[in-house]
Amino acid sequence: MDLPVWQALYEELKGHGFVVITVALDKNADDARPWIEAARPTHPSLVDTRHLLADLYNIVNVPTVLWIDEQGRIVRPNDVIFATDTFRHITGLESARPLQAIRDWVTGKARALDAETARRLQTLPSPDDQQARAEFGLAQWLWERGQRAAAEPHFVRAGELAPHDFTIRRGTMPMRGIDPMGPEFRRMAQAWKDAGHPYYRPLPDPPD
Amino acid sequence: MTFTLLDAGRPVEVTACIDGARITIPAGDVERALGWTLSPEGLCGEGICIPVVDESALWRPEGLDLAALAHALDRPLAADAQAGAAYLGAATGERRRTLRSLHAPDFSLPDLAGRLHSLSAQRGKKILLVAYASW
Repeated sequence: MDLPVWQALYEELKGHGFVVITVALDKNADDARPWIEAARPTHPSLVDTRHLLADLYNIVNVPTVLWIDEQGRIVRPNDVIFATDTFRHITGLESARPLQAIRDWVTGKARALDAETARRLQTLPSPDDQQARAEFGLAQWLWERGQRAAAEPHFVRAGELAPHDFTIRRGTMPMRGIDPMGPEFRRMAQAWKDAGHPYYRPLPDPPD
Repeated sequence: MTFTLLDAGRPVEVTACIDGARITIPAGDVERALGWTLSPEGLCGEGICIPVVDESALWRPEGLDLAALAHALDRPLAADAQAGAAYLGAATGERRRTLRSLHAPDFSLPDLAGRLHSLSAQRGKKILLVAYASW
């Protein structure tokens, strides 16, 4: 799990005017609790059961990492960064380089992206993405109130509208009684890859 | 019947008339829930008026047609007449404009103790925003 590394990075760099905010897109606080408690965070470590962050930032999978500067501007949009190499054999993504890039940005050794490049690398939501989020919002609300059967078709519809959105397709599995690491997830991920789509979409490496 | 309108997640109880999949809400309840009123200038709220192209679709004898209202406001609507709830999401155009501006949208979310933390409270620092999950 990456949370202890994000916490360590915060402790390492907080003297440079730096903060990490970690947000768990989980169905309830208890799902995230063991991970958060084990990491003993001194940075804001938050829980987002309604996927507000996904809606605001068009986040479609985890992990997703953004850089925001002192003026509150996005200077590196949605990127896939793993803080450890635990899943490198599956994802093909290593952690050392992106972590060093963050250090270089925070300590002023390197600049973040200029506005034009940041905009070029953004992915903006489509009407179907927002319709999917509305279906998710309705389903999640019904689920919270124990109306599981009523929620189900809206969870399914959300996934059909935004097949690339795994905060919906995988992230709702624990609410629907499906193992998010199990065969149904593996079939879904395989079908997605077979159709020629990457499961993770990291940004290109930052310039050296 | 009593119906829950989720305005970008904020639940408001309204009275609704359900006819099949059609959901109609009295104008007074719409104004109380969403802050929009139908006037001769169109649909008015948030300091602006939006012209309504098809007023007959929006304005029913029982009140305002929810699907037509969402369409006029350019907001996504997920509705479940049987379950008695509907979710009005964020307009695609608004989300796109905000992200294009590169101004990081503010939010306020709880930690494990339920204490709220906002992005804006960290203004003046470089922020690494990390979304993750246990799944």
